[in-house]
Amino acid sequence: MFAQIVWLVLRKDFTIEVRSLEIAYTTLFFAISCVLVFAFALVQEGRAPEGGAAGILWIAIAFAGTLALGRTFERERQAETLRALLLAPAARPAVYVGKLLGIIVLLLAAEVILVPLVALLFQAPLFAHPVWLALILLTGTVGFAAVGTLFAAMLVRARSRDVLLPVLLYPITVPVIIAGVRATGALLAPEVDAGVLQVWVALLVCFDVVFLTLALWTFEPLMTD
Amino acid sequence: MNPRLRSGQAVAEFDYLAVEDVSRHFGRRRALSRITFRADRGAILGLLGPNGAGKSTMLALLATLLRPTSGTIRYGDHVAGAHGAGLRASIGVLGHDLFLYPELTARENLEFFAGLYGLPDRRAAADAALEAAGLSDRGNDPVSSFSRGMRQRVALERALIHQPRLLLLDEPFTGLDDGSAAALGRRLQTLRASGAIIVLATHDLDLAEDLLDRAVFLRDGRMVHAADRPDALRAMYRDIMTRPNVASGLSRTNG
Amino acid sequence: MFATAPILIASAPYESTMGLVQKIFYVHLPSAWMFLLGAIICGIASVRYLFKGDPRQDRLAWAAAELVVLFGAITLITGPLWARKAWGVWWQWDVRLTASLMGWMVAVAYLLLRKYGGPGSDKLAAGLALFGMANVPFVYISVNYWRTIHPTTNVVPTLPTSFGVPLWFSAGTFLLLFILLLRLRVRLEEQRARVDALYLSMDA
Repeated sequence: MFAQIVWLVLRKDFTIEVRSLEIAYTTLFFAISCVLVFAFALVQEGRAPEGGAAGILWIAIAFAGTLALGRTFERERQAETLRALLLAPAARPAVYVGKLLGIIVLLLAAEVILVPLVALLFQAPLFAHPVWLALILLTGTVGFAAVGTLFAAMLVRARSRDVLLPVLLYPITVPVIIAGVRATGALLAPEVDAGVLQVWVALLVCFDVVFLTLALWTFEPLMTD
Repeated sequence: MNPRLRSGQAVAEFDYLAVEDVSRHFGRRRALSRITFRADRGAILGLLGPNGAGKSTMLALLATLLRPTSGTIRYGDHVAGAHGAGLRASIGVLGHDLFLYPELTARENLEFFAGLYGLPDRRAAADAALEAAGLSDRGNDPVSSFSRGMRQRVALERALIHQPRLLLLDEPFTGLDDGSAAALGRRLQTLRASGAIIVLATHDLDLAEDLLDRAVFLRDGRMVHAADRPDALRAMYRDIMTRPNVASGLSRTNG
Repeated sequence: MFATAPILIASAPYESTMGLVQKIFYVHLPSAWMFLLGAIICGIASVRYLFKGDPRQDRLAWAAAELVVLFGAITLITGPLWARKAWGVWWQWDVRLTASLMGWMVAVAYLLLRKYGGPGSDKLAAGLALFGMANVPFVYISVNYWRTIHPTTNVVPTLPTSFGVPLWFSAGTFLLLFILLLRLRVRLEEQRARVDALYLSMDA
């Protein structure tokens, strides 16, 4: 039953997105714009500062993620369909998981285009260790989206939700950003230190587990009045 | 009909809805003050009053989306808090907003909600709903391409897809032309005949006139009047709503 | 207790006769402790409110969050003043500093949410407080790995008595001030709730 609701919500979001592609296009273009703005701000004499590429990649992911989260739930607010989801006798954590998976897929898709772009513009050897990179991106995205989906869902009822989402989300997801940037930075170093990478990925995995559990646990009380 | 949700919880069965001394405050604003009424199977109850009278809040309370600040709402032997999912499985809501995804087709919308309500055969449920809405041939068109009246019909069938015992409607006549409104009225009469409890909030008295078995008048969050089998609603409404002192105006007529 | 706190505060400047640098510590360290205490109270009260729905816990969490912002601000302002002398820079991306800053940011976000979130934001704020609390170890560990420069801030046990006594005294003062402010704030909210209840029951 739980898995079925997750699948229904995910498939529904996916069908809507495929039909309009609104969030995918705007998020992606926004992310690319971020990268360019940072390129103009940071690149000097044709080269980015050391570690700049990793930072820019993660800033773009965080900004684009915030935008995608806001838009996804704005869509559920338009015809009050989030209310309809809460009115159904379906398990509410399942609704959360369905929305979360949708966000993760969307962000991963954006990253598929962002990573080569950053690698190209900043001459960063991001593809030297594809498995590590994929692992870092995946764990980081899951952590960011786990917190973000819960906050965006609960802010649907709140006033000034557009500004409040980043205000609440960024302080909480600082560990994800630090770990993501440092781990990606370590990949770019001439000598890759596997021990350092393991520490960061372990931290990201712990973050994912803890905050996913917390989100599943608090979704029900947070969404009921 | 399968009387159990797939999660194992029983779908709540009840024959009446009783609102007992219910108040709801938002901070310092009294949205509803000490409302008491009862709605039975096979009857349509109208919540009447101007905008801001508390009709939508009352419906949200009945739908278990809000909890009353004080007082209780009984669904037969059940009380809201204790019976969350099982109770929600037997309530259908047609909101002021349509609760439909405009990008999806009518069929996709209906099948999605059939799945959320745990119906065993989503396709059959959607077929039946499209049939009832008179839109069998438009099922594969996106809802955004529908006229207001068609959307409203789909929205109503979406609210009815799990055959709820209690149906809550918020301003269902808004934006409908005469034909659509009359069709909606006929659909509600069929539901009444099949033994549903129907609660309808509206300020449109002309259309509600022939439909209601009982009328509850709300003004500024208070119940100012209740009437069984009301006729000449409009005169009654004007009389009640223009009374200067609302607080002492609680009266009851049977006609 | 309400009477003693101002007297203690008035007597606090007595110990400020040491060097300029050390003096700040009597404000910095106790306010940092109060900052931490407030955060713990806010977190626990928020969790209890979220799952039990007792409005008293909510008022306590709110009052504590305001004190977290207040004492956090004192900590974050006095810190750099001290650091300028001791380390030669205004700001270090040291674990404690960064973690404090992040905690303070969460508390500010909490207040912003309550102020601008509209109806229902009390529950949301409680959720934020819970997440903020769970986040502390992650911030600590991640910043620790990020910046391993680690100046010894563990001064308390090594201080000679002549420094220790005034420090503890001033910590006590801050604690009383904290309790005083917290109780005042909670009482204010309680009375506000009572006024609301009276207003609402007026003609019922």
